[in-house]
Amino acid sequence: MTTPAKTVRITYRDAMREAIREALQRDPRVFLMGEDVGRYGGCYAVSKGLLDEFGPERIRDTPLSESAFVGAGIGAAMGGMRPIVEIMTVNFSLLALDQIVNNAATILYMSGGQFNIPLVIRMTTGAGRQLAAQHSHSLEGWYAHIPGIRIVAPATLEDARGMLWTALEDPDPVLIFENGALYNMEGELAVDAGAVDIDKAATRRAGTDVSLITYGGSLGKALAAAAELSGAGVSAEVVDLRTLRPLDTATIIASVTRTHRAVIIDEGWRSGSLSAEISARIMEMAFYELDAPVARVCGAEVPMPYAKHLEDAAAPQPSAIVAAVRGMMAERG
Amino acid sequence: MNQTRRERARADARGNPPGVSQPEPASPAPDREHALLLMREMLRIRRFEEKCAELYSAAKIRGFLHLYIGEEAIAVGAIQALEPDDAIVATYREHGHALARGISAASIMAELYGKQEGCSRGRGGSMHIFDAATRFYGGNAIVGGGLPLAVGLALADKMTRQARVTACFFGEGAVAEGEFHESLNLAALWKLPVVFFCENNLYAMGTALKRSESETDLCLKASSYEIPAWPVDGMDVVACEDAARRALLAVRAGDGPCFVEFRTYRFRAHSMYDPQLYRTKEEVEEWKKRDPITTFETLIRAHNLFDDEDLKRLEEEVGAELAKAVEFAEAGTWEPVEELTKFVYSERVR
Repeated sequence: MTTPAKTVRITYRDAMREAIREALQRDPRVFLMGEDVGRYGGCYAVSKGLLDEFGPERIRDTPLSESAFVGAGIGAAMGGMRPIVEIMTVNFSLLALDQIVNNAATILYMSGGQFNIPLVIRMTTGAGRQLAAQHSHSLEGWYAHIPGIRIVAPATLEDARGMLWTALEDPDPVLIFENGALYNMEGELAVDAGAVDIDKAATRRAGTDVSLITYGGSLGKALAAAAELSGAGVSAEVVDLRTLRPLDTATIIASVTRTHRAVIIDEGWRSGSLSAEISARIMEMAFYELDAPVARVCGAEVPMPYAKHLEDAAAPQPSAIVAAVRGMMAERG
Repeated sequence: MNQTRRERARADARGNPPGVSQPEPASPAPDREHALLLMREMLRIRRFEEKCAELYSAAKIRGFLHLYIGEEAIAVGAIQALEPDDAIVATYREHGHALARGISAASIMAELYGKQEGCSRGRGGSMHIFDAATRFYGGNAIVGGGLPLAVGLALADKMTRQARVTACFFGEGAVAEGEFHESLNLAALWKLPVVFFCENNLYAMGTALKRSESETDLCLKASSYEIPAWPVDGMDVVACEDAARRALLAVRAGDGPCFVEFRTYRFRAHSMYDPQLYRTKEEVEEWKKRDPITTFETLIRAHNLFDDEDLKRLEEEVGAELAKAVEFAEAGTWEPVEELTKFVYSERVR
């Protein structure tokens, strides 16, 4: 019998900070830059305390110039550094879209393999904090559209702690999407928790009747739905995508091949979305395994409203996931 | 002294970089060897670009093609001031910079042909020339898009305490972009070793500077970020080199960025699809009288630095290099289609 690993009680926010701290300690090329990462301690307090520990050279407050500091991150990465660029929220990243899409994602290819860009960009995504339509969207699916960058979405404490180092070791740009509703999530984490892979999806709950395929802020909701379904005699498997590009199609297809049903849960909008892509891949690769049409529970197609009851209605909730599964199972006949 | 920013910029506009109060003598003639070098480099670019136009008509080169004819003095002069381990970030009109930096005409021409022997393996084309060996970070076809990259390269150098400078070339059209302002601010704020070389050829594609800027004094804009800025005659290769050397000296001293506005003119169309409705033939002809190559030829002949024989020999050498470049490109091979997705990501060793 193995002895249980020693654990520590920690929040997602603190796990992320530990990851940044460890990276700064391990590699002198690593530095953090972004708006209010230093003196303010980070908009969501992720980098609180790091300025005192590592100084202003490596914990760099930037002006409100997303395009310049993201582009500077790209340039610094080409110049031999390992920058971590923090963008306060995904909506602000649109101001840096030129640098991310036209430079970070293209230069390795355009240069015929001469210049790779070992850059990590972190940003907050998602709703749930009543921040309305310019701070709450889930645009990671957009970014997952773009070849040349890698997109990851840590949904657990282990991944919050472990994905950053692996991302920094990646020779190419990695965008880390941190769902803002997760920062206060608290739980037990092994004291020796460290780097994790950023290639594979993970099965967070095994099941036999339906695959709930999700990521990021919706993982907890899918697990809550699975628990409720279990009480009703439905065994739901929960797949956490973890990496949105490149998608771990093999894990998705393997799960659907076991359960023969799939519900995709994505806080992003439905039209032209990541959920549409996953659905299409299931159709292309596992059509004859399906006992029911693929279902999707997505964010409502509205700019995110402020009022709490409307915001809740706009995001996928466990009740909607349960309803989608029940509808699917009802057709079992 | 209560000098306004505008007055300071105007003072700089007389050609005196900061700290230089005495006016410098105009364009002192270089020595013979250096004059030969400058002339050769300008001719290499001129003849290369003329050949490109020809090959474009022959459908050997496709896509967008932006020629540097008329602006040669800038790349040749400015790049003379760089050390081998300095970096360059350029624009989509960058054949001249690539040649002046020492990337072979053959590998550039092969790139324009789309051959895998090209400097970017045929992946980039005319607008995306890259070369790791000479720290040439592209060919960037998004106006203003290269400035943040240059700032980042300079940031890396500063953080690793390397005595290198990044030279960022861009046109005056970029001045209207937010990235210009964000980048100059950041570079000055962090005192980064980057030099901004603005090639003001008066037209952003077809839009004249005065039709797109409320303030047309570009040095004033740079000065507003506390960056020493001054204009120089971009048709005078000696003046260009001199201005670049002063700028590089200041940047290497660790005082942060400099901004040099090279006043120039593009003799050819913006690209190969441009009927030039936005400017008069007379204006073009007027500028052609200030052709940087003939102007320089006049200067060096006046100083008896070299003669007809020298010029003939230069033309022959340049012609031979170009013929070899075309031959190399013609003989080049197409990258196998099986490699289409190669280099979307690095080949990872896990």
